[in-house]
Amino acid sequence: MEDMLILAIESSCDETAAAVVRSGREVLSNVIYSQIDLHTQFGGVVPEIASRKHIEKINPVITAALAEADVPLEHIDAIAVTYGPGLVGALLVGVAEAKALAYAAHKPLIPVHHIEGHISANYIENKELEPPFLCMVVSGGHTHLVRVADYGEYEILGRTHDDAAGEAFDKVARAIGLGYPGGPKVDKLAREGNPDAIAFPRAHIAGSPLDFSFSGVKSAVLNYLNECKMKQIEINRADVAASFQKAVVDVLVDHTMQAAEMYRIDKVALAGGVASNSALREAMAGACEKRGYRFFRPSPGLCTDNAAMIGSAAYYEYLKGSRAGLDLNAIPNLKLGER
Amino acid sequence: MMILVLESSALVASAALVTEDKLVGEYTTNFKKTHSQTLLPMVDALLTMTGIAVEDLDAIAVSGGPGSFTGLRIGSATAKGLALALDIPIISIPTVDGLACNLYGTSDVICPLMDARRSQVYTGLYTFEGDDMVCLSRQKAVAVDDIIDEINALGSPVIFLGDGVPVFRDRIKERVSVPFRFAPVHLNAQRAGAVGALAVKYYKQGRFQTADEHKPDYLRLSQAEREMAEKKAQKA
Repeated sequence: MEDMLILAIESSCDETAAAVVRSGREVLSNVIYSQIDLHTQFGGVVPEIASRKHIEKINPVITAALAEADVPLEHIDAIAVTYGPGLVGALLVGVAEAKALAYAAHKPLIPVHHIEGHISANYIENKELEPPFLCMVVSGGHTHLVRVADYGEYEILGRTHDDAAGEAFDKVARAIGLGYPGGPKVDKLAREGNPDAIAFPRAHIAGSPLDFSFSGVKSAVLNYLNECKMKQIEINRADVAASFQKAVVDVLVDHTMQAAEMYRIDKVALAGGVASNSALREAMAGACEKRGYRFFRPSPGLCTDNAAMIGSAAYYEYLKGSRAGLDLNAIPNLKLGER
Repeated sequence: MMILVLESSALVASAALVTEDKLVGEYTTNFKKTHSQTLLPMVDALLTMTGIAVEDLDAIAVSGGPGSFTGLRIGSATAKGLALALDIPIISIPTVDGLACNLYGTSDVICPLMDARRSQVYTGLYTFEGDDMVCLSRQKAVAVDDIIDEINALGSPVIFLGDGVPVFRDRIKERVSVPFRFAPVHLNAQRAGAVGALAVKYYKQGRFQTADEHKPDYLRLSQAEREMAEKKAQKA
């Protein structure tokens, strides 16, 4: 197959993004308009505000992606779009735009699963990475331990029963007064703290050894803070951040290693927004090194929501023959592996 | 001149092809399938049936709001994607104006009522002077009683249309003091053809936007912004 140029569009949450990707692995442009400042004052993403911003920014972002790649629309071979999971109003902007663009420019349209995009972010900087491998996907909305059997073939080995890992970071950040978005702020403060100062619980779910639960550790932090307040003990926020972070990271790494052993997979990857957490990256790298596994992770810029990862996933979907019709709809709770 | 018109501001999904002197085609549905699934297939059906290529289009017109926030954005994003690919402008028509245009030539004052929830309507007042529709009261989101007060003050007979009619029919009967009637079903809902009639005028007057610029006119803040503004007002 000759080189293939895909224009990818992503609008599932609060980033409006477009990218041009060559044959799934080479990023020619990756434009992201982040709305984060807009949502900070509300303490989290407001779906209606996100959707309104997407419609304002989507055309300039697409135009910039084509210009930066120096590829006119005529030379694009296919258009790809995230159609789920995510915020329905936000997804719909990208989906309607991509469908219209593909229709008027006479290009095939490739529907992409957002999480498949995150996993595929690993292909961009690791040319040698090919399935099968194990991928720990952690973000504000998702915590999935995934066996990537082949391109586009996924088996979810472990998932969260309550909060996503990133959600727990956001809630704890709010409780210790760090604000939104919590992940990077906890990460930064934790560097100054002692991760063994406070013993927060590591949840294990009976009968589902690879599944996760983060509501317990979050509650434990809240209880600890309350208790300190009542006993008028001064709180060391850095110690709280570091100890909480370690509790989450320990479980993520532990379950990933268990799965690698169970399924005899010696390649491990990270993906999703929380994959840029420095403690998680270090701990996962260390655990892999100890066992002789190869460890992959996207650089932090490709961990957050972006369209380059969608363009990468779309290439392999395209090769498998996946195409969307003009009636493609946004599916807010789309499951990985579903089509 | 060939304009593709999109109307997806409420439950109706409608697409039309219009020229200066002809409604070449129109496709309207009014049932509960999402516009995301209906709008572009309807456009494709229209173009296929009429043998018109997308490259023949000179502009995309869209019902630009107010209305369902999500519905408006599906129409807008579809218009923006088409206009970007074809490098043509977008004509944004105020939704309530488009609805009023359904009743071309009536001597009554025209009052579209769109159910805006939270006991409000998206509404305005219009009349025809010759071939020209004249706006007596610009489109806005208000309580139904407010527009009824305006109608009573004007003192002229009025005709109501839109999906707000069944919601506020009793209130209208109770409070309107001028002669009034309701538009029949084939004229009482959004139609791309009527939006297109205005779009042709706008196009000739050079009233259009680039695909980059276009965004819906919601006439309302999001709930979160509204609540934040209320909080700030309370503090002050």
